[in-house]
Amino acid sequence: MNNAVPSSGSLGRRLLIQLLIVAAILSALLYLAVRAVANQAAVASHDNILGASAAAIAEQLGTDNDGIVIDIPYSAFSMLGAISEDRVFYRIDIDNETATGYEDLPAPADSTNTSKPIFYATQFRDTTVRVAAQTRVIPVNNKPVSVLILVAQTRRAQDTISAKVANTAAALGIGFFLIAGAMSWFATRSTVKPLYAVANAIGRRGAHDLRPLQSPVPSELSPLVKSLNDFIARLRSSLNRTETFMAEAAHHVRTPLATVRTQAEIALRQAETDASRKTLRTVIRAVDESSRSASQLLDHAMISYRSDQLSTEEIDYTALVYEVIRALSATAELKDLAVLSDIEPGVSINGDRVLIEIALHNLLDNAIKYSPFDGTISIEMKRDEQGCLFKISDQGRGLDGNEQSALVQRFQRGENAKDVVGSGLGLTMVEAIAKAHKGTFVLQQNTGPGTCATFSL
Amino acid sequence: MRFLLIEDNADLALSVSERLKLDGHAVDWASSLEQAHSCASGIDYDLILLDIMLPDGNGQDFLNTQRQSNRDTPVIVMTAQNSVSDRVALLDSGADDYVTKPFDFAELEARCRAVLRRRGGSVKNTIQFADIEVDLLSATIRIGDETRNLRNRELRLLEILLSTPDRLFSKAHLVDRLFSYSEDPSENAIEVYVGRLRKKLKGSRARIETVRGIGYRMHSE
Amino acid sequence: MRHFFTLIFLFSTGMVFAFEIEEERTFEVAQSSATLKIISTTDLNYFAPLIDAYQERFPSINVVYTVASSTELFAGIYDEGAQYDVVISSAMDLQVKLVNDGLTQSYQSADTSSMPTWAKWRNHLFAFTQEPAVLVASKQGIGDFPTPQNRQDLISLLRDNPDYFRGKIGTYDIRKSGAGYLFATQDARQSDLFWRLAEVIGSLEPKLYCCSSDMLNALESGEIAFAYNVVGSYASAVLDESSDGFIAPLSDYTHFMLRTALIPRSAPNANLGGGFIDFIVNAQGKALIKEKAGLPPIDGEALSQHQYYRPISLGPGLLVYLDKLKRQYFLDEWSDAMEQ
Repeated sequence: MNNAVPSSGSLGRRLLIQLLIVAAILSALLYLAVRAVANQAAVASHDNILGASAAAIAEQLGTDNDGIVIDIPYSAFSMLGAISEDRVFYRIDIDNETATGYEDLPAPADSTNTSKPIFYATQFRDTTVRVAAQTRVIPVNNKPVSVLILVAQTRRAQDTISAKVANTAAALGIGFFLIAGAMSWFATRSTVKPLYAVANAIGRRGAHDLRPLQSPVPSELSPLVKSLNDFIARLRSSLNRTETFMAEAAHHVRTPLATVRTQAEIALRQAETDASRKTLRTVIRAVDESSRSASQLLDHAMISYRSDQLSTEEIDYTALVYEVIRALSATAELKDLAVLSDIEPGVSINGDRVLIEIALHNLLDNAIKYSPFDGTISIEMKRDEQGCLFKISDQGRGLDGNEQSALVQRFQRGENAKDVVGSGLGLTMVEAIAKAHKGTFVLQQNTGPGTCATFSL
Repeated sequence: MRFLLIEDNADLALSVSERLKLDGHAVDWASSLEQAHSCASGIDYDLILLDIMLPDGNGQDFLNTQRQSNRDTPVIVMTAQNSVSDRVALLDSGADDYVTKPFDFAELEARCRAVLRRRGGSVKNTIQFADIEVDLLSATIRIGDETRNLRNRELRLLEILLSTPDRLFSKAHLVDRLFSYSEDPSENAIEVYVGRLRKKLKGSRARIETVRGIGYRMHSE
Repeated sequence: MRHFFTLIFLFSTGMVFAFEIEEERTFEVAQSSATLKIISTTDLNYFAPLIDAYQERFPSINVVYTVASSTELFAGIYDEGAQYDVVISSAMDLQVKLVNDGLTQSYQSADTSSMPTWAKWRNHLFAFTQEPAVLVASKQGIGDFPTPQNRQDLISLLRDNPDYFRGKIGTYDIRKSGAGYLFATQDARQSDLFWRLAEVIGSLEPKLYCCSSDMLNALESGEIAFAYNVVGSYASAVLDESSDGFIAPLSDYTHFMLRTALIPRSAPNANLGGGFIDFIVNAQGKALIKEKAGLPPIDGEALSQHQYYRPISLGPGLLVYLDKLKRQYFLDEWSDAMEQ
């Protein structure tokens, strides 16, 4: 049976991929943010030192008769040397004329507002430098003279820090991604779990369980479960209607049949001539046949339907065998049949109770039908290597050369059974039930008179 | 024995009660649940025959009411349904047995007897005749101190003959009563059972007389 | 005479440099595959044994060893891009400036990586000797006076006995000597005592010299009683037990000059230059420098023997005194002190 439903992809996978994409984006953002913040911090601390260096030079500015005295303190550059091995450049302008230092060191585009140091990066010679620029105005002969101080340093240390930070940030980002990925996986699993739970709850059900789903589900699933329950309810009511219809139909057909049969019996008792007696017997037989055929057709239909989806349960086989014997004991008694039973106590099997009961019922019913008056029927039930075995033996007319394969054909009856009411479906059903349970059904001619039927599960 | 027959089909009810009366039982007929309830509340029946589909409800409800009010009168359900699950449901809800319509009278009688035997341990149902006492439920006869077991058809034959002692029963009548109509036995089969019964009655004053060519009658010496 | 030969040499090779070299020797091998060109401030007699040892190791390398003064050497590299594979100089400040201003190239090897950090800068500049600036005293010249233990002692001694020591003090003319200028500026940044000492020395009509060897000769000949800031390695090489002069350790501080090597950006054969740097800085090289060149190799343990041993640190701080204004002020101030 092919029950595969076309798939439009996995919800769980879709969710997981989306979560992973979000995690990847967040990781990338984290990476960039950590880098940016750390680089800013590194730049800021570097700027502080550059600024201090420029300030130290500015502090030492003085005047003499010739004008401004520029006396760069040793500490101004040694402090820069203390933090890294970066190259140091400087330039000092007095009234826009370079007094000392590297003339080609680029001055800030706008140096009007540099009483406090400003910082900028610029290309200088073969390298990129970070520059601190500060202006100090000093009165010389009562005229203000502006001194521009530039201190620059290459960025190797910062680049090293940047590279380290980038590595750390990358490790953080990857770590975050891995953790987020793992959490996404768990989250996806726990989100999809209720779906599987619902699917399992339905899947685990017996074939004929039409109760609504009651277990609590997440609110997102409740529309699905509600419509599922509605569907189940519709199915149930439709089945109920069908069953009611069947029951009523059976009632309305069988009750008149019962009347006909009873009336015929009564008429038969009062009949005078053999001819009319014969006719009445034929009527009764016809009623019996039609009733029996209807029953067995229904049973047969049910067997085909239930065999597809066995509702397997644990059955007290011993009790079931006794029950079947009890149900038919009155019929057996009618023919003064002795039913001898040898039944192993406490045997339980897995199977469809209804089907197995039908099988046993049919076997015993057959044995009773084909037994002569005062005959004996032996029933044996015991466990064996394969499972368990139900063996029923009668003293009837036997198979009389009919093959089992022929007798289990639908509507096929033994050549020697024309005088017994029957539909030809009984053995067919028994065989089908055995097959559905992966068991076997064997009919054998007894060494004495009669037949032995073995039904193994 | 007093039976309550709950069946809405008048023809069938009539036939069944006629047939049961033949066996010497008194039969009250209720054609609806309402009637059935009023009958059952007034009289203690030995057995109730219950149709499931009734015009004013489901026979199952009657059964449930009976069982809930602790009335344990045995109930045999006459059902039109044949499926095993329905039968299981009936037995589970307290029915003692069932027959499926259309039914064989012989089978119905047999089931009634089986149910009464199972359930009616306290109820004595005996027939006294001459120096024998027949226990219909345990299927025994007592002659003096001796108890003899009867087989089913022997008992049925004895029961029929004893229903009207000294009346002549034709072989055909006996076959009809004794065998299922689906069986079609010969009238000679009766002779076998008469012979067996005579053996069981040996030593008593009850005699089965043969009226050659016609039938048999029970006679006390 | 020396200059004359140089000119001849220069003309003969057809190369004209504006900077002035003092001496040049080619160490030729029988079958040469390459030529290593070294320009150095260190005299040939110190380096010749080292180069012989180098050629024992690398027998197919010709070595051209050129000697120049530190300022000429600097000018040659800085202004003219003279083509040498290794530049060796005791003028730490100028070497740092070469590196700082981007005229050198980086070199890294297992040998340079194992050097102490204070002995190298930016993987461009590698120190291979540590030479103290010392006070050399003459036994006769000092007479019965106690040997000064530190600069304060020296100041007191000179101040208290001006007549005795007048004209008896020698030191570098820092206007002419790069090493003298380096030592003086380091003294000045180290302690205010330097200017007091300069004042005292200046008041005693000091003799000023271009180089350590002249100063030591003057001391040995009894011309002067003290020679201040002599390069220790020269002093150790010249003086022995029998000498009149002796090194008087100053326990307030003793600066160590680091002789450094670098590979200029213009090096024609930088790989050879790197190999030569490895050769002089690794363990074997240190031993060779000590034994063959008689120079004290880089030795962190030796420096940690005394608290007052201070190697001059390589780094941008050295650039301060190269600032033209700063230099001018410093020299002016020093001249004022020395020429009262």
